[in-house]
Amino acid sequence: MKAIVTVVGKDQVGIIAGVCNRLAEHNINVLDISQTVMQGYFTMMMVVDLSLCDAAFDQLSRSMKDYGESRALSIRIQREDIFDAMHKL
Amino acid sequence: MLSLNNIFDTINMIDKQHLDIRTITMGISLLDCVSEDPKRCCDKIYDKITKYAENLVKTGENIESEFGIPIVNKRISVTPMALVAGSCDTEDLVPFALTMDRAAKTCGVNFIGGFSALVQKGLARGDELLLRAIPQALAETDFVCSSVNVGSTKAGINMDAVARMGRIIKETAHLTREQEGLGCAKLVVFCNAVEDNPFMAGAFHGVGEADSVINVGVSGPGVVYHALQSVKGAPFDVVAETVKKTAFQITRMGQMVAAEASRRLNTPFGIVDLSLAPTPAVGDSVARILEEMGLETCGTHGTTAALALLNDAVKKGGVMASSHVGGLSGAFIPVSEDEGMIAAALSGTLTLDKLEAMTCVCSVGLDMIAVPGETSAETISAIIADEAAVGMVNSKTTAVRIIPVEGKRVGDMVEMGGLLGSAPVMPVHEASSAAFIARGGRIPAPLQSLKN
Repeated sequence: MKAIVTVVGKDQVGIIAGVCNRLAEHNINVLDISQTVMQGYFTMMMVVDLSLCDAAFDQLSRSMKDYGESRALSIRIQREDIFDAMHKL
Repeated sequence: MLSLNNIFDTINMIDKQHLDIRTITMGISLLDCVSEDPKRCCDKIYDKITKYAENLVKTGENIESEFGIPIVNKRISVTPMALVAGSCDTEDLVPFALTMDRAAKTCGVNFIGGFSALVQKGLARGDELLLRAIPQALAETDFVCSSVNVGSTKAGINMDAVARMGRIIKETAHLTREQEGLGCAKLVVFCNAVEDNPFMAGAFHGVGEADSVINVGVSGPGVVYHALQSVKGAPFDVVAETVKKTAFQITRMGQMVAAEASRRLNTPFGIVDLSLAPTPAVGDSVARILEEMGLETCGTHGTTAALALLNDAVKKGGVMASSHVGGLSGAFIPVSEDEGMIAAALSGTLTLDKLEAMTCVCSVGLDMIAVPGETSAETISAIIADEAAVGMVNSKTTAVRIIPVEGKRVGDMVEMGGLLGSAPVMPVHEASSAAFIARGGRIPAPLQSLKN
């Protein structure tokens, strides 16, 4: 199952490293990353593969959210299907 | 490949524009619960509802969490209770409403619809008993919703039933006077009621439906409003296209959630209802969409045309996004549940007469309207008759959900709480309709019913 991780917040050193570490701890493979900085705000989306993930979805979601809050970032993880439904024919 | 913009478009819609799934409604047939013994019938009803809908709320919450889309309500609709309880050896149907309420609480849903009767042509035993039980049933339950279909394009309008509904609404308001007539907010009088509507208070599970089914109602007035802000001053062709594109996206999301819920609950997918359902929250209003088209206040001249365009564009955009479209599918205009409608009514620009005109071109009818407590039963019946006539002649669903609030006068505010919102008491015409309602009988079906 593929999911999209989005990260938004004030730009700072080590955001990608920190997020990727968290994902790796749960055995989650990153398939794609797209990232930009808009008006000082770091904005990133990652496509990840959850097929070997060792945590339940809501647990993973909470863990990413908590990590984000510790660094003043908004991090969320959502299944890819919702974006496909809305943006692909 | 999804772009960064696509992803953040969706996230902004959810975070800032109130995009959500308004309801996942499980329809459950109770036809196999019929029994002569009323206690046994109630037991079977309770057991079936709590078995089928056991995982409804949990599944909804899981989908919310995994997809990141709020699912505001999880609800249940059942076979019109008049059909189920009509053969029971009892004259009192209130216990059936209490059973529904208890089952709803066990399942954790926030409404259960189907304390209903279809009487467009006449009343059978069960219908008669159900109508008698409505006021008490609504006063003694928390989550039960009731609806009565009094007319259809095929059958005409049952004016005897219309007359009774005026009295039933008054009595319901009286019995729930401590809560500002809240019982009336859970009672809908329909013309051309649909069998697969997922929205309360008018949802019931039609007799032509499967044993159980998942229907989904989408929402998103805030998303449409936001999209229209980017085409200020553009011609209506552009407005219509913008609404269509937005409705398409919203409905695709609804279809995906419906398919997922259906799969997880192992229950057939029924329909997606392509609706713009407002809430009292700022930024989630249908009235504000109409105003964004260039009207100073909703209810002024031009409002009906604006609503006609909106309603049509929502359907055109949504219909290709879903495999099965049903329910009411269009823009809702409930007064108390829409922040912009409340403001427009308070300013005096939005009147009952204008709302009636608007119901000719939108998906339902006079919805969540508070009127003075002294409004007579005959006047309420006459309002119902007008609305039913609009539905009958235009071959569309119309409904009346009106609250005559005891002790309140024009201009007072009524607080319904939660999603039901608050409404200013609106004036009704003083001239009497009593002799008109006293006639009774049936208004014959119109010529357009003769299609065979």
